Amino acid sequence: MIWVAVLAGSAVCFALKALGYVVPRSLLENPTVALLVAMFPVALLSALLAVVTVGDGMAIVLDARVAAVAAAAVALTLRAPFLVVVLVGALTAAVLRGFGLG
Amino acid sequence: MSGTEPPDDTRGGVLIEAATIGLTTGAYAISFGALSITSGLTLWQTVALSVLMFTGASQFALVSVLAGGGAVGPAVASAALLGVRNMFYGARVGQILRPSPAMALPTAQLTIDESTAMALAHYDRPVPRPALAFWSTGISVFVLWNLGTLAGALGAGAIGDPTRWGLDAAVPAAFLALLWPQITSRRLLAVAIISALIGVALTPVLAPGLPVLCAALVPFLFLRRAA
Repeated sequence: MIWVAVLAGSAVCFALKALGYVVPRSLLENPTVALLVAMFPVALLSALLAVVTVGDGMAIVLDARVAAVAAAAVALTLRAPFLVVVLVGALTAAVLRGFGLG
Repeated sequence: MSGTEPPDDTRGGVLIEAATIGLTTGAYAISFGALSITSGLTLWQTVALSVLMFTGASQFALVSVLAGGGAVGPAVASAALLGVRNMFYGARVGQILRPSPAMALPTAQLTIDESTAMALAHYDRPVPRPALAFWSTGISVFVLWNLGTLAGALGAGAIGDPTRWGLDAAVPAAFLALLWPQITSRRLLAVAIISALIGVALTPVLAPGLPVLCAALVPFLFLRRAA
């Protein structure tokens, strides 16, 4: 089941990369298409961010993850690199849980 | 210091830049490897994703949709939607590099944010080196991305209960770090807020993975408003 997702996902992502080399340029240079493409990652990443922050299966649960995201946001405003932001998130949750919160 | 330094156009300058980018993404791959294991993928599934999919945001998306109980369909669709931008990169890179049929497959696989940015940056220069920039960056990122993934996956496998270390909370932190530099206008901020609200609002009513896909419709609303 996971292997199917891994292999199918990889095949689709490779196909998208390869398609760029063969699809007519006029289609990709269409301003509407270009605008959509700039917005897709923002929409998906925001929804993923929200769901993995407060989702637990089909339930909404507010716990240490919310504080972790807030701490990550602070790290980002301080221009921390990617790995540091991720570590700040993990550390925040670990510390809160160490105190029995979330 | 006045603004950014001009790019170094020498061969050595390009190679150093490529190696630096590889090291940065390698560090980012450590978190992917760790989070993938935390999400329930095996070591080999994690490594296979980095070798075969080789596009960061899509990998994070696939892994977290599966971890949230999402089916194969939504997981693959989320990864695909985040991979659409690579198609646009291919169109630009193809124009500049004109890869031979023999090099078509490796060129396509290495077509990612970093290699494309480097090829474009070193194209319109007094001494253009787009091919060197593309290949050195693509190979450097590929090697370090996979080494980082392996290191992160082995590390996460060794520490036991991942929630004790807050690794589950590192997943949203990673998404925020991916999202942050992309919010470059008020419109994109609005897209982000509405997509996040839709994701949360639909979580209790739709099967896992589907709320995120519904958020992919949000850009179409903003297209209308802009027109």
